[in-house]
Amino acid sequence: MGRRSIAIYGKGGIGKSTTTQNTVAALAEMGKKIMVVGCDPKADSTRLLLGGLAQKTVLDTLRDEGDEVDLSEILRPGFGNVACTESGGPEPGVGCAGRGIITSINLLEQLGAYEAELDYVFYDVLGDVVCGGFAMPIREGKAQEIYIVCSGEMMAMYAANNISKGVLKFAQAGGVRLGGIICNSRKVDNEKEMIAEFARRLGTQMIHFVPRDNDVQRAEINRKTVIDWKPECAQADEYRALARAIDHNKKFVIPTPLPMDELEKLLIDFGLVDGVEPGTVVPSTEVVA
Amino acid sequence: MSKDPRVVKEELIQIYPKKLRQKRSEQIVVTEHREDGSVPEIKANVRSSPGIITQRGCTYAGCKGVVIGPSRDILSIVHGPIGCSFYAWLTRRNQTRPATESDQNFITYCLTTDMQEENIVFGGEKKLKAAVKEAFELFHPKAIAIFSTCPVGLIGDDVHAVAREMKAELGINVFGFSCEGYRGVSQSAGHHIANNGVFKHIIGNNETQHEDKFKVNLLGEYNIGGDGFVLEDLLARCGIKQIATFSGNSTYDTMANAHTADLNIVMCHRSINYVAEMMEKRFGIPWMKVNFIGANSSAKSLRRIAEYFEDEALKARVEEVIAEEMAVVEATRTVVESRCKGKTAMLFVGGSRAHHYQDLFSDMGMRTIAAGYEFGHRDDYEGRNVLPGLKVDADSKNIEEIEVVPDPERYRARRTPEQIAKLEAMTEMEFRGYIGMMPEMDKDVLVIDDLSHHETERLLEIYKPDIFCAGIKEKFGVEKMGIPCKQLHSYDYGGPYAGFRGAINFYKDIDRMVNIKIWSHVTPPWEQQVKEQAEVAAD
Repeated sequence: MGRRSIAIYGKGGIGKSTTTQNTVAALAEMGKKIMVVGCDPKADSTRLLLGGLAQKTVLDTLRDEGDEVDLSEILRPGFGNVACTESGGPEPGVGCAGRGIITSINLLEQLGAYEAELDYVFYDVLGDVVCGGFAMPIREGKAQEIYIVCSGEMMAMYAANNISKGVLKFAQAGGVRLGGIICNSRKVDNEKEMIAEFARRLGTQMIHFVPRDNDVQRAEINRKTVIDWKPECAQADEYRALARAIDHNKKFVIPTPLPMDELEKLLIDFGLVDGVEPGTVVPSTEVVA
Repeated sequence: MSKDPRVVKEELIQIYPKKLRQKRSEQIVVTEHREDGSVPEIKANVRSSPGIITQRGCTYAGCKGVVIGPSRDILSIVHGPIGCSFYAWLTRRNQTRPATESDQNFITYCLTTDMQEENIVFGGEKKLKAAVKEAFELFHPKAIAIFSTCPVGLIGDDVHAVAREMKAELGINVFGFSCEGYRGVSQSAGHHIANNGVFKHIIGNNETQHEDKFKVNLLGEYNIGGDGFVLEDLLARCGIKQIATFSGNSTYDTMANAHTADLNIVMCHRSINYVAEMMEKRFGIPWMKVNFIGANSSAKSLRRIAEYFEDEALKARVEEVIAEEMAVVEATRTVVESRCKGKTAMLFVGGSRAHHYQDLFSDMGMRTIAAGYEFGHRDDYEGRNVLPGLKVDADSKNIEEIEVVPDPERYRARRTPEQIAKLEAMTEMEFRGYIGMMPEMDKDVLVIDDLSHHETERLLEIYKPDIFCAGIKEKFGVEKMGIPCKQLHSYDYGGPYAGFRGAINFYKDIDRMVNIKIWSHVTPPWEQQVKEQAEVAAD
């Protein structure tokens, strides 16, 4: 298999960046050559790999009129020699972050960031697929594999289901496929079983169940991945397992998103909604994930 | 091919897919003279369908290019990429004449923020502020208007907040328009947005009082080809004080002073009726529709103004002016009529022009055999009496309707409802009214809204009119078919055509265009080729 391009999506706050960076660190440990493209205007998708925030983003170069753009300014080596870059973007509430992602990836291509010998390119994308810009990594074949970070919380599952709809749309038009659901545990009851079942219904797999562990927090305070900060801890092994699973993954599917009532039933069947007996039908609620 | 308009209508639309055919069939009607005076219903102000080559322009064009642009000392800044500004640069269409050489005139300038990719991604408000400040330092205008182009609406730049901030900082009037090109089905939405802005930000800011007895505002006259100059002169000779024109040859101060007039006379109903309505509600100034296109129409309009003021001296003065003007007009008209009588015209232009110019053609003995608007609404075709029953769709709802209440200090009903009723009963005058295009047309002619290119070609082939009136986009396609095309957006840089003197210009120009032999000598290139091939084959 040649270079694999992977985009990580998921509900805001679910732990995409943390999961991505730890997984990438584990892959780097395995000797893989990797580039991480942060697609969040906050530009914090590579903080743990770089040991701090990137100093200059791809879109920052747009602001320097007439200056020569040097790839080395915006593409920095991090832990395990992972090439790290951040799209950057506007402050919340101004401009168009979506257009920023499109511009940024085009710029990176123009600057030759993709010419290096790489085993993996990871795109870490903000929140939900809110507009065409944020779908950029899965359009035009930029990323071929999608992993959705999810937990057993209702809204996270709604978001994952919605993202699957986006993947379905682009899968029909191009080559993008869903590689699996990464469960980033929130210690919800029956979480592992429920997400495994959810993934199965989506036509995919739960590629790994990442348990909750405070070591992740401790490592983050030190601006590091757990692989870097405490390579011998149990949580580091979890990310290594996830990295291996991704590296060996052969199951790439066009997802089958669930209708709303089926998703709600899944939640009820696994006893998530308090006070509702399993099997009862609740009126469908309008939830914007 | 039959020239029966009902047959032609079917012919025009038969090529379309079923759904479009149904829609176009509602947008094409054949005029009737019904006993009750009603006219057929036409579908208008609805979106043009994909695939149609339409004559229409965008909302930004209507706001910046039509309504605000012709004013000379409001500095217009276009917030957007460069092209939107460059192609809306109004150096040739709308004329203006500053009183002195040192008076401000920005009409020849083209100012834009020239948004770049960076401004789209990071937001363009900072650049807009910088542009406003820079423009202020360079020109020191009394007012700055900011126009939003499409991307501004997409990225959510708040031009109104920038305008408020700059107004406070610079101490001049600064106001913005959310007139993104995609806001409406045509430029008509831009007119409405511009009207709202003019009313909110300009009218009522200048309290200068004038002692004149007969004070009017001329609305919907944009001084194309100098039309406004002719009308200014005409009204002045009648002793009628023109406080403001919206917006040909206008200045900020005159528009800001418009609320001191006693009558609003409306030329282009479509582009400015909103201001007329709002001024009546807030200040108590009645409005009436006039038409200064055509000698007879100009005379009628002047008489109505005189009747409104109920002043015998004014009436006498108006009659004198009409008599003077008519004598000159008649000399040319009779000669031209002898050459043009019975010739035919088609008018597909604007939201008023396709109606007004029929009067000029009729002065010359020419018949209008098909007409329609680019961006008119049903009331422009059928008359304002259809307004209460007009369907308000989402496209219209998308444009703000301002809630207007009488101004607590400045509202003064210029005429009581009884006086209005009396005037309407005694004369032909109608207030707040517009009869529309169709009731004044011959029966059994085609009226077509938002004429497409395909329909244009078929109409020309079937009817072979002596002249076709439209805009620059249609002009050369029409002329390639051997039919002269008169632009009525720019007058082909001729004119003026308004009032009596303008009528003379129009008679002469049309006489030349319809009687010149060149069109019959033209062999278009493709026919030339056919001819040559035939010759080769014959050899």
